[in-house]
Amino acid sequence: MLLKLAWRNLWRNKRRTLITLASIFFAVILSTFMVSLKEGFYKGMIDSMVGAFTGYAQIHATGYWADKTLENSFEFNDSLAYRLKNANGLSSYAPRVESFALAASSEITRGTMVVGIDPKKEMLHTDLQDRVIEGEYLQEKDQGALLGEALAKYLKVGVGDTLVLLGQGYHGASAAGKYPIKGIVKFGSPELSKQLVFLSLQATQKLFDVEGRLTNLILLPDQKSETDELVQSLQSSIGNGYEVMAWQELTPEIINMMETEKMEGYVFMFILYMVISFGIFATILMMMAERMHEFGVLVAVGMKRINLAMVMILEILSISILGAFLGMLGALPICLYFYYYPIKLGAELEEMVADYGMEAVLQASISPNIFIQQAIIVGLIGCAIAIYPLWKISRLDAINAMRS
Amino acid sequence: MKKNYVIEAENLSKIYAGVVPVKAVDEVNLQIQDNEFTAIVGPSGSGKSTLLNMIGGLDRPTSGTIKVNDILLNGMTDNQLINFRLHHIGFVFQSFNLIPVLTAKENAEFIMLLQKVPLQQREKRVMSLLKEVGLDDKLDSRPSQLSGGQQQRVAVARALASKPDFVLADEPTANLDSKSAFNLLDIMARLNQEEGITFIFSTHDQRVIDRARRVITLEDGKIVSDEIR
Repeated sequence: MLLKLAWRNLWRNKRRTLITLASIFFAVILSTFMVSLKEGFYKGMIDSMVGAFTGYAQIHATGYWADKTLENSFEFNDSLAYRLKNANGLSSYAPRVESFALAASSEITRGTMVVGIDPKKEMLHTDLQDRVIEGEYLQEKDQGALLGEALAKYLKVGVGDTLVLLGQGYHGASAAGKYPIKGIVKFGSPELSKQLVFLSLQATQKLFDVEGRLTNLILLPDQKSETDELVQSLQSSIGNGYEVMAWQELTPEIINMMETEKMEGYVFMFILYMVISFGIFATILMMMAERMHEFGVLVAVGMKRINLAMVMILEILSISILGAFLGMLGALPICLYFYYYPIKLGAELEEMVADYGMEAVLQASISPNIFIQQAIIVGLIGCAIAIYPLWKISRLDAINAMRS
Repeated sequence: MKKNYVIEAENLSKIYAGVVPVKAVDEVNLQIQDNEFTAIVGPSGSGKSTLLNMIGGLDRPTSGTIKVNDILLNGMTDNQLINFRLHHIGFVFQSFNLIPVLTAKENAEFIMLLQKVPLQQREKRVMSLLKEVGLDDKLDSRPSQLSGGQQQRVAVARALASKPDFVLADEPTANLDSKSAFNLLDIMARLNQEEGITFIFSTHDQRVIDRARRVITLEDGKIVSDEIR
């Protein structure tokens, strides 16, 4: 009965209800679309940074991340292989040896990070192969090297030239080797571009004298969104001798940047939600003022205040939820459109995002969470506004109300 | 032997605080028995509505006591009073005060819904009441589709739906034309005589006063005459 009363009350003043619904509808469309674009942007950023180099998660020996030396490498033994094979939610893994070395051409030297990869397995985890802009990608047991574009430029070398690497190997052994440059790799991130040298895993292990040992295992989860769960379950399964880290921990600069972006987004969203809140609140104020006499009569004839408040709350929630639902329906085709046909960024922005290794498009996200989140927020706004009639009705005096 | 009164007010006073306090009801003693058809009359500001509001548990006396069927209203909390009104008192207001979004049937049924009367009983009673007030052909009409007289008859049906101990009617004919007013009075008089329902009116309307079997006249908050016909 209360629901029926609330629903019919909503349509007592159709124009007002429709205007309120429209304000919620358009605000939800706008907020959903904004969030969808932002999430899409973040996803692009994560995919490009994570997909270019770090992977979604990594395993190291405990202490390696704090002190990245070969002394903190680990032996890839059968027990670890068995646990990884049986890990839930793990799609694949790729081995790496990473260490620092001095790279030299005939004239110039520079400090670099040498990354030993299994070329075939690496393809499943990063898009390194696609980033080769000159020359060829590595083969298994390859003795050649891939160089970041900026590094090659700095060293004034190209495909076919020889690169000399000098460094310190495992247990203080000296590490030195000559490698023909097999390809040049383009990274969006200038930091990666000017310091990365890729060798085959075998060549790297030989260079640093770490045969049978690794510094990193790059992990690919079945579901990227379940990376955290995978990290937790693996950490408990493989034990304390290893540290399992998700991409958020591996690339904190992305998180920092996203947080900054999000703060800006929150301000905009706050303004939008305020528009929604005032729209609903204005409607509720008018509804309350118009019906104060009626409220007095209802309390006089025996309607409990809590029931009366419930009618008002149902009215507020109905209009909020209906507006939010219609807004979600309205936002869906827009988000879908910009998911399949992303917005192409202008030349200036294109340069900026290229620095992060991202494609110069802004693709909307169609994650259901975005839509549900908007509905929940509008529902919560409705609940918060419902406090007003609750308070007003709890203090209602039937006689005074009937006189109004 | 002590009589059983439906309403029993003793030394009932109501003073409205202000720069100059106003004594709206002054030491009123009043007993109303079952089956009465009583009009409380008096000029504007004589205290009729205040007295009616206190009898109906809508307003609290400054001093004195008021009992309905031997139940003392004075000490009740707001929520207890609301519950008491729901089960013991029927109200008919000057401006009908039906719920505009409900039909005639739903309006008449509304109090029973609050009382949680089972559906079948509700249906039966509401149909019989609307037939009694001559509106069984207007069940699905909204108040805006009914004339003033018809709306007031729905209000009477609503007041009676809860099977109250008595019905308080505040100027029930004030907004009605003569024909509708007589029609309404006929219905209420018949309900009083045939079903023994107690009606208490506050009114200026001579048509109501003429039909009343007891007329209590108030002036400056005091009962100046109490005429039983």
